[in-house]
Order: sequence, then structure tokens, then C-alpha cells
Amino acid sequence: MNAHLLEARGLRIGATLQRPGEKPRTFEIVHGVDFTLEKGKVLGLIGESGAGKSTIGLASLNYGRGPVEITGGEMKVNGKNVRDLSPRALRELRGRVVTYVSQSAAASFNPSLRLMQQVTEACVRHDVCSRAEAQERALDLFARLKLPLSIGDRYPHQVSGGQLQRVMTAMALCPRPDLVVFDEPTTALDVTTQIDVLAAIKQTIAHMGVGALYITHDLAVVAQMADHIMVLRDGQMVETGPTEQILNAPRERYTRALISERHPLAMEKSATGLTPLLSLRDVSATYPGIRFDILKKVSLDVLPGQTLAIVGESGSGKSTTARAITGLMPPRAGEIFFEGERLPDRIADRSRDQLRKLQLVHQMADVAMNPRHTVAKLIGRPLEYFFGLKGREKHERVLELLHDVELGEEFLHRYPAELSGGQKQRVCIARCLAAKPKLIICDEVTSALDPLVANGILKLLLNLQAREGVSYLFITHDLAVVKAMADSIAVMLRGEVVRYGQKSRVLSAPFDPYTELLLNSVPETRPGWLEETLNNRRLETADQC
Amino acid sequence: MHPVLKLLMQRMALGILLLIASSILIFCGTLVLPGDVAQAVLGQSATPEALANLRHDLGLDQSAVQRYFHWVNGILHGDFGKALSNGADISHSISLRLGNTLFLASWAAAISIPLAITLGILSVRFRNRWPDRVISIFALATTSVPEFILAYLVMFVVAVKWRWLPPVSLINDTMSVGEKLQATALPVLVLVLVVLAHMMRMTRAAILNVMESAYIETAVLKGLTGFQVILSHALPNVIAPIANVVILNLAYLVVGVVAVEVVFVYPGMGQYLVDHVSKRDVPVVQATGLIFSSVYILLNTMADLIGIISNPRLRNPK
Repeated sequence: MNAHLLEARGLRIGATLQRPGEKPRTFEIVHGVDFTLEKGKVLGLIGESGAGKSTIGLASLNYGRGPVEITGGEMKVNGKNVRDLSPRALRELRGRVVTYVSQSAAASFNPSLRLMQQVTEACVRHDVCSRAEAQERALDLFARLKLPLSIGDRYPHQVSGGQLQRVMTAMALCPRPDLVVFDEPTTALDVTTQIDVLAAIKQTIAHMGVGALYITHDLAVVAQMADHIMVLRDGQMVETGPTEQILNAPRERYTRALISERHPLAMEKSATGLTPLLSLRDVSATYPGIRFDILKKVSLDVLPGQTLAIVGESGSGKSTTARAITGLMPPRAGEIFFEGERLPDRIADRSRDQLRKLQLVHQMADVAMNPRHTVAKLIGRPLEYFFGLKGREKHERVLELLHDVELGEEFLHRYPAELSGGQKQRVCIARCLAAKPKLIICDEVTSALDPLVANGILKLLLNLQAREGVSYLFITHDLAVVKAMADSIAVMLRGEVVRYGQKSRVLSAPFDPYTELLLNSVPETRPGWLEETLNNRRLETADQC
Repeated sequence: MHPVLKLLMQRMALGILLLIASSILIFCGTLVLPGDVAQAVLGQSATPEALANLRHDLGLDQSAVQRYFHWVNGILHGDFGKALSNGADISHSISLRLGNTLFLASWAAAISIPLAITLGILSVRFRNRWPDRVISIFALATTSVPEFILAYLVMFVVAVKWRWLPPVSLINDTMSVGEKLQATALPVLVLVLVVLAHMMRMTRAAILNVMESAYIETAVLKGLTGFQVILSHALPNVIAPIANVVILNLAYLVVGVVAVEVVFVYPGMGQYLVDHVSKRDVPVVQATGLIFSSVYILLNTMADLIGIISNPRLRNPK
């Protein structure tokens, strides 16, 4: 009988930690998982962060980050348990039989070496073929992945993120392995880039007939890529089956929740007769040392009690807009009005009241909090600073704010490290609300969170808006979030607002080319969507020719 | 202009500026020393006329600014003036002494730098295992002992007990290179021991610092051996910090070896400086001070240049 390409039997993975003066403690991360993968097939591993997806993927190379290692069960590649391999045999497995594509290609390439050397290295070191032949293979892969052939001469910093992710795929495929582990290969990319990378990866692995483990938290992506799907939660398998079955007839409640997770939907509020709370008039801005403008004459309005969403890809200037509004980066030209008054450009020139009314919630909740302050202190600080609250009064207000963000009294004395990602973001929102702001700038507040957790945060923000009448300026690259939250939308591209207006108008035809591209690049959970979309685009370009 | 070229030129200009600043400092430093040179030379019983004559001869009746430019002008023409104590031409004495010091320093460097980097790499490869521990203990032991004690210790064991080598390192121009090497073996050994630990520990730390990077994980997952990972993936990224610490130690080998030279009675710059400080011979102290500071500035500028050139982002802009 032929052995499976990859077979896990009762796979257990754990980490042993030892603090000084304590007995070593073992934490189990993966609690007995079984699956098989046949040659030339793609198995999608899906689940939220902490589900153990990457840990399982890396276990097929018998690799664990830090103290992580396989503690029980079997992980067989081509019938051989990776735990039984000698160090030499393990090196032969890695980079030759099984290869790995990581989430962050930018960090995973050596900054000091040219790309070609890195792509062909595994081939050359394992004597798969000569350097010249390896380079030919690499060039062939570059062509298949629609990369410029000269890209091998460049260093990683000279190449864009989307290209780098494809070069990493070429690097993994160059030794013609039996199995490639893709660990969230497109999560860090913009949607319009993601679609091309997905298509390139899919076509190339199908052409080469390699098997793949495809790890992602994005159901729509895995639906495009995988033949089989395994749903994981907290290191355990929830269910597994063919892609169609998992999507159309999920057996488990958790899978159904994942599939049917729908964003909340805010009804669009009417804009008529309202004076803007915040207005940007022809705001241009640039960073020191850059000759052109990063923001080009941006004019936007935020209405009281409403949400303006700024959507755009990385480098579009949306975060720079936020920095200009908060005064962290004074604009080069143009004016910003708040409650009808001209806002001083620099944060140092603004009054305490102006600062209070305009608050910011960051993408990275953990770095926005002092790790040595308790939740009570974090939320209490703005209460002291803006309102001079002390003692009992302050304590009660902190409790009220915690209650507002749906956290209980037990969180008062916790430190940020003792909170989950969603809880951290809730504390940040509570701290922001403590100032009783008129406008909250939300800079990618949900993009570091798992979908179900992110949904909870969005619902919370909508409830707060309904109750307190606060305005939001929502900065995001996620169109689903925009649809869920916005009353009006501004689409930004290379520092300019290319489309702006009420949500219903911005999201309906006729579209400008960029907005249309953006909208139909958002993956759908329907298998076959990827090919369909790309086909449509090809037809359109053919029409234009 | 290529940005690297621009940066390199900036660094070099900065080096020259620093050199000028240090020459002014050295010059002013000797002005504020108490006592009158002429008085010191001629003694308490000198007549006022003799003092005035000598001051005129030495140029001491001119203003400080004039004297500074006169001094710098001389140096630019290779003339450091004459020693007060014995009237010897300083440039000539220094050229002999500096040659000896550089000879000692380069041999010590030629042995210690490759050795330190190799040991650093070994201790990363076998980190927290016995080779790492042995190397670390040895390195810490040699740095913890003051160099003059180390020097006497080595002299006692090798020269006195075993009688392998002479206890003092007297050399002259008639000796062949081989003879010179033998004569200086002991001070070279001491210097190697003194600088080795620092360079080795810093190499180890610099490499370990990048070993946590994602690109190192990529290299491991390509199935490379431990040494391949360190040599071809970690090392190219730590050239700058290693060059910095190597050059700091090189500078030390040139300007900081006073104690070792004195212990082994080696006719180098350190000896020369110590001799003339005790005689309050200001022109010699100024000259050696300036040479030491130029060596420092030159080497540190070199470290900067290596750091800039080894950075692929600067070398290959987008």
C-alpha cells in the first residue's frame, strides 16, 4: 500500500517552560489531531489564532518555535515519522521534501543576500541539481508566478510585499518538494494584491502536482485554495471534510458560526441638515525628506453621531490622514476645522479641551498600553487628567466605563498581558471613552483580531454610537468592515480621495475603475470565485484591447 | 551621487573635523598645565635674560593662536619640533617608536581577530553547551585580570620558569622579522589574551541577536546545517557590529598598550610617552597625544565606513 504524503495520528504538541526557581511546566498546544493528506492535494487548516494551525504546519518539518516540540503521537511524511529521523535525515527532509512559506515574506528573507541566491539555496545545498539548473528552475517559476525575470538580482528590500510573497513561493517550489506548508501566505497583503498571489500559487502548485497544507484564518481564502478543510479550535479538530461539504453542510456548531459570521450592519443615517463636526479642507501633507506630497488636497467631513470610513490599501495615505487630524503630523497646507473652529496644526498648540474631544484607538492594542499599568490605572488616567476625578468617584466611573465595553469588575486589577486581544481593544476603547470624546479615530482597530472577536468589537462600537452619539472616523483596508460601519465612505488611492459620499452611493454602480477593482477583489466563500473573477478581468482587458 | 558615496564622504569630513578639534584640545591642554617650560628647563637659578632668550627661542613670547598655527603647520610638514629634555627630533623618534608599536599591534591583531571571531561562532553554534561554557569561562578569566598582572604572570611562567623566551622584548633594526617575532612573542601573547575576550563575547552576542530572526528560521527550514546557517545567513547581517568591536580593540592595541610595553621594556609609543610625561616634555606629549587621537579617529571612521558599506539597504537603494 502506498503511504500517505502526510499523516498525523494522535499528534500532540507542547511547550516546556521553566522559570528560574520553578519546576518545568509543560503546556499542551495541540491535543491529539488526526488527518491525512494525499500527494497533489491541498488541505486547508482553518481556525482562529491560538488554534494551533501554524504549530501543526511546522510539525510536518519537525520544527517548533522556541520551546515547542512534538510530545506525542505520530507525524508521518511519506510513511516515515519525522520524530524518528536522525539530524541528518531531518535536514534532508527540510527544504527538499517539505518546504515552508511563511506569513511575513519581508521578514523571512535574509536582507543581506540577493533573492536568486536564497531561492536556489535549498536546491544547491541538498545537491538536488546544479546551481545553473536551479537558476533555470527559479526563472521558470518566476515566469509562472508572473514575476519579472530579473527579480533574482535584487535584494528583499527592493521588492514589494506581493512580489516577495511570490518569490517565497518560488523558493519553496524550487527543489520540487512533495509537500509545501503555506502559513497564511496572503494575510499581510492588500486585497487587490492577494487575489493575484492566490491565483499564482494555486496554478503553480496544481501544475507541479505538489501537496500543500494551506493555513489561514480566512474561510473565503481557504475555500478557493483547498480540496479538503480541517477546522481547528484550541488545538483540537472540530471537523474535517471536503471543501464543498464543510462550506455547504457543516456538522459542527463552531463551523457554522465561522461560516455564517455576518458583520453587523449599520443603517445609513441621513446627512441632510447637519453641520460637520470635523472638516478637512485641501489638506496636503508630507514626511520630512520626501519631495512629493503623501496627502494631496484631501477634503472630508465627519458628521455628528455618524461614521466616516476611509478605505484604501497600504500606502494610500489613510493613516497619514489620521496623523494630520490628531496633530501628530502637521499638514503642509490646508485647514482642519473641529466644531466650526480652526484646529491648530500642531498637537502642542491645541487646548486641553480640543485634545479631550478628539481621541484615537490604535490597531495594536498591546503596544498602545503601558504593560506595567493595571486596567484600573489605564482607564483612570484620562479621568484624572481631563476631569480631575479622584478616589471613589474615579473608581465608580472606571467601573461604569468597563461596563460600557462589556467587561466586568474582575478586570480592574489585571495587566495588559493578562488580557486577550479582544479584551485589550475593549480596554483601549474604554480609556478613549473616559475622555468623553466627540470624535474617535479608529485606526484599523479590528485588523489584528480574529473574525468573531472583531465582530464583537464592531457591535460594541455601533451600540456606543447609538447611545452616546459619538462620531467615528474609521480607517481600514477591510471592505466588509466599511460596509458594516460606515454612513459615508472615502476611497483613497496614492494620497488622493478617489471616491467619496454616502455609503449607498459609493457602493453602487457606476464605479470608478479602482473602487470596482477593490470591491471585486474581496474573496467570497464560494469555491470557484477566484477563477471566475480572474476570468472576468481577463475578458474585460481583452475587450479593451 | 550614489547615497553610499555621499555618506562615506560625510563620515570622512566628520573625521577630519574631529581631528582638528582634538588637535586644538591637545594644544590647549598643555597651555593650562602649571609652570613655565623655560623655568622648568633652566632651573630655579636661571637669569631673567636667559629665560627671555629661551622663551623667544621656543616661541613662547608669541600668542597662543600663533603658536597653534605654527605647530600645526610644522606637523603638516612632518615636523613635530624638538624634545625639550634632550633636543632630539621628535618626528625621528616617533617614526621608530610608532613602527615598533604598529608591529606589535598588527601581530596581536592578526592572531586575535580571526581567533575571536572563530571562537564567537563556535560558542553560538554550541550555545549553552560545554564548548560555549569553556570559551566563556576562559574569556571572562582573561578579561578580569588586569593586563599588567597578566603580563607578569606570563613572563613568570614562560620566561622565568620554563626559560623559553627572554623576559624583555628588546628589538632593533638589525634583527630579522623572525627574530623580532620571537622577541615580541610574550607581549603579543598578553595583548591577544587582553583583547580576545571582548571581541569574542561581542561576536557571540551580535550573532545571537539575529538568530531569533524569521530569516534564520527560513534557513533552518531549508535543512541547512548549524554552521551553514550561522556562516551564510547570520554573519552577513552582523558585519557592522563586529567591525565596530574589532576596530575598538585595534585602537586599543595601538594606544592602550602602555602598561604592557613598560612591563616588557618594549621601545614603543607607550614607553616613549611615559618616559616624557615624567620629564614634563610638553612637545613630545602633544605629538604622541595627537598621533594617538588620529589613530582612534581613523579607525573609528573605518568602522563607520564598513558599517555603511555592509548594509545592503544603503548599498542598493530602491
